[in-house]
Amino acid sequence: MHRRLALAAAAALCGTLVLSACSSDGGSGDSAKAASGPVKLTFWSWAPNMDKVAEVWNKANPDIQVSVLKQAGGDDLVTKTITAAKAGNAPDLIQAEYQALPTLVSNDVLADIAKQAGSAKGQFADGVWKQVTLGSDAVYAIPEDTAPLAFYYRQDLFQQYGLKVPTTWDEFAATARELKQKAPEKALTTFSANDPGLFAGLAQQAGAKWWTASGDKWSVAIDDDATRKVADFWSGLVKDGAVDNQPMYTPAWSKALNDGSQLGWVSAVWAPGVLTSSAPDTKGKWAIAPLPQWQAGSSVTGSWGGSATGVTTGAVKSGHADAAAKFASWLNTDPAALEALVKEVNIYPAATSAQTGSLLSAAPDFFTNQPDFYAKAAEIAKGTAPAAWGPNVNVAYSAFKDAFGKAAQDKGAFAPALTAMQQSTVEDLKKNGFQVAG
Amino acid sequence: MSSTTTAAPGRTLRPSAPAPGGTPGNPMGPPRRRTAWTPTLLLLLGAVYCLVPLVWVLTAATKSREELFSTFTYAPGSGFWNNLAELSSYRGGVYWQWMANSALYAGVGALLSAAVSGVTGYALAKYRFRGRSAVFNVLLAGVLMPPITLAVPQYLLMSKAGLADSYLSVLLPSILSPYGIYLSRIYAEAAVPDEVVEAARVDGAKDWRLFRSVALPMMVPGLVTVFLFQFVAIWNNFLLPYIMLGDDHKFPVTVGLYSLLQQGSNEPAMYTLVITGALLSVLPLIALFLGLQRYWRVDLLSGAVKS
Repeated sequence: MHRRLALAAAAALCGTLVLSACSSDGGSGDSAKAASGPVKLTFWSWAPNMDKVAEVWNKANPDIQVSVLKQAGGDDLVTKTITAAKAGNAPDLIQAEYQALPTLVSNDVLADIAKQAGSAKGQFADGVWKQVTLGSDAVYAIPEDTAPLAFYYRQDLFQQYGLKVPTTWDEFAATARELKQKAPEKALTTFSANDPGLFAGLAQQAGAKWWTASGDKWSVAIDDDATRKVADFWSGLVKDGAVDNQPMYTPAWSKALNDGSQLGWVSAVWAPGVLTSSAPDTKGKWAIAPLPQWQAGSSVTGSWGGSATGVTTGAVKSGHADAAAKFASWLNTDPAALEALVKEVNIYPAATSAQTGSLLSAAPDFFTNQPDFYAKAAEIAKGTAPAAWGPNVNVAYSAFKDAFGKAAQDKGAFAPALTAMQQSTVEDLKKNGFQVAG
Repeated sequence: MSSTTTAAPGRTLRPSAPAPGGTPGNPMGPPRRRTAWTPTLLLLLGAVYCLVPLVWVLTAATKSREELFSTFTYAPGSGFWNNLAELSSYRGGVYWQWMANSALYAGVGALLSAAVSGVTGYALAKYRFRGRSAVFNVLLAGVLMPPITLAVPQYLLMSKAGLADSYLSVLLPSILSPYGIYLSRIYAEAAVPDEVVEAARVDGAKDWRLFRSVALPMMVPGLVTVFLFQFVAIWNNFLLPYIMLGDDHKFPVTVGLYSLLQQGSNEPAMYTLVITGALLSVLPLIALFLGLQRYWRVDLLSGAVKS
C-alpha cells in the first residue's frame, strides 16, 4: 500500500514537471540573435560530407553561415526533430525523407516557404515537387535527392543460366521459376518484410495512393486493388518458393548477394552504395534495368527513399526563415551546390538539370561495366509515379513490419496483412484527431 | 510507514556476502564425491552463450570490408589495423572525441552519482527524521521507473533551462540514481554499525566528521559498486544523449556509432568501422571491472564490531 501511494506521488510529480516544461515553449532565443554579425544557421543532416557542401556556401556568403550538425538518419530522427521543435530547439534547416514531410508539417515543424522558394518549382519533376507541397499551394521543403526504383541483376549469372531480363512482372515471375528449376539453391531476389519503403514504392508503381487529403479529411487506401495486386503477386512467389523470403540488410543477405545466390535485386538508384559495402566481390558484374511493368510497354516506376531540405518554424520565429530558405534552394538548385552534392555527398540529385548533365556522366565505380548507368537511371526516373504520403507513415510502416513479417515467415497470404495495415493506420489517424473519410 | 520492511534487505545482504569467499575447510563433503556434471555443463553452456557474440565482434573487427560478409564467420581476417586506421581518420578522428565524451559523461557522472548516493544513503540509514520512509519509498518507486521513460521529460526540462545540446544536459540527469541511493542505504545500514557511530559521537565528532572519517571508509566497497553500476549504465546509455544532443562532436560513443550505421542509403555502410568501434568501446568497461574487482571483495573485512 505504501508502494502504491509512493508510485502515485512520483507519477504526479513527474506529470507536473512535464506539464510545466511543455506549457512554455518559445521564449528562448526569439529575438536575441537578430542583433548583429552574420546570421548563423544550423542544419541537421545525416548525409556524410554535407558539411563540405555547406563550406562552399559559407565561403560565398559571409553574412549567412551554415553549420551542419550530423545526425543519425532513419525514423528516430523524425521523433527527435519533433521533440526538439516542441521544446523550441529545432535547427533552422533539416533534411527529411519525403514520407516524413506530412508528419513534420502536421506537428508544426516545417514552415511554408512558398514566398521565398516557390520559383524553384521548374527545376524538378512534377511528381517530386508534389511531394514537398503535399498537394497544396504551400512549399514545405526543397527536393534534394530522389530514388526511383529499378531492377538490378547479375549480368554474368543471367548469361550463365540463359535468363532474359524481365520487362513485365509476369516475365519476372516466370524468370524466378525458371531459375529455381535450373539452380534450386539460387533465388532471383528476396521479398523482405522488413522494408515497407520498398513495398510502398512497388505499390506506387501499380497506381496506389495510400493517403489522399481533400479539404481537411484524409482518406487511407492501403487496402486497395492496386496494393492488393502487388501483395498477391509477391505472396504467390514466396509461397511457391520461387523467391527467397529472408530480410534484407542482414549479414546473411549480404552474403547471398556477394556469393551470387541472389541474382537480382529490386532497389533504388542508390543501390551502388549498398552493393559496394555488402557485395564487394561482385564489382563490375551488376547491371541496371527498368523496373518490370504491370502492362507491357509502359514505363512507370515507384520510389524508395529520397529526401528534401526543409526550413523549420523555429527559423521563422527567430527571423532566419529568409536566410534559411535561400540556403535550401541554393543547396538543391545551384550548379555549384549540385556538383558538390553529387561529388561529396554521393546523392542522386532531384534537380532534373543535374540528372542528365555532365555531373553524372561517369558511372558509379561499382558499375564500370555499364558506362551509361546514369543515362539509364535518368530515363527510368522520368516515369516516377507520384507518391502520396500521410501524417502517420510511421504507423503504417510498423504495421507493415508486424503483419508482413509474420505472413512472409509462414509463407501465407499477404492480403490479410494489408487489411491489418489499413486498420491500424485509420485508427491511429482518428485517435490523433484527424478527420478520416469513409 | 514502518522501517522494519526496509531493514530486511539489509539483513539478508550480510549472509549472502561471504558466499564468494566460500567456506574453506568445511568437512561436510567427503573428498571422493564426484563432480556434479549437470550444473557444470549448464554453466559452461551459459558461458559459451555469453561469449559467442563477443567472439563474433572480436573476429569481425579483424576483417576487412571485402572479407566481412564473404569469409567464414569465426575465421579471423586481415584488416584489423586498417580498420583501426580508417576509424581513427574518419571525419578527423571524431571517434576518439566520442570515446573521450563517453569517458567524461560516465566517469564524472558516476563519481558524482556515487558521492550523492553515499551521502543520501548514509543519511537515510542512520538518521531518524520525519518523512524518512516517504522519501525512501519515492526513491524505490524511482528504481522501478525505467530511465527511458524519463528521457523526453528531462529533455524538455533541460531545454527550458537553456541547457539542451550541452555537456551538462547529459551529465546532470545521470547524477541522481535512485538505485545507487537504495544500494548505499542498504550498505550503510549493514556496514556501519550504530555502536561505532555512537562511540564516535561520544568522542565529540560532529555529523560531517562522523561521515567523513568513520562512515565513509566503511562504505567504500559499496560506493565502488555504485560507481561501477552507474559507470556502465551511463556508458551504455543511448536514448538520453540521443535526444539531448544535436552536435555530433558532443556525442558519446553509443550515439556516435549509431550515426555511423545510419548514414543514409546512398553511402556504402560502414559496418567494419562500426564493429571495430564497438569492440574498442567495450575495452574501458572490461579494464574498469578488472581494476576495481578487488575493492568490492574486501566487503567482509570492513566491519568493526563483532556481533
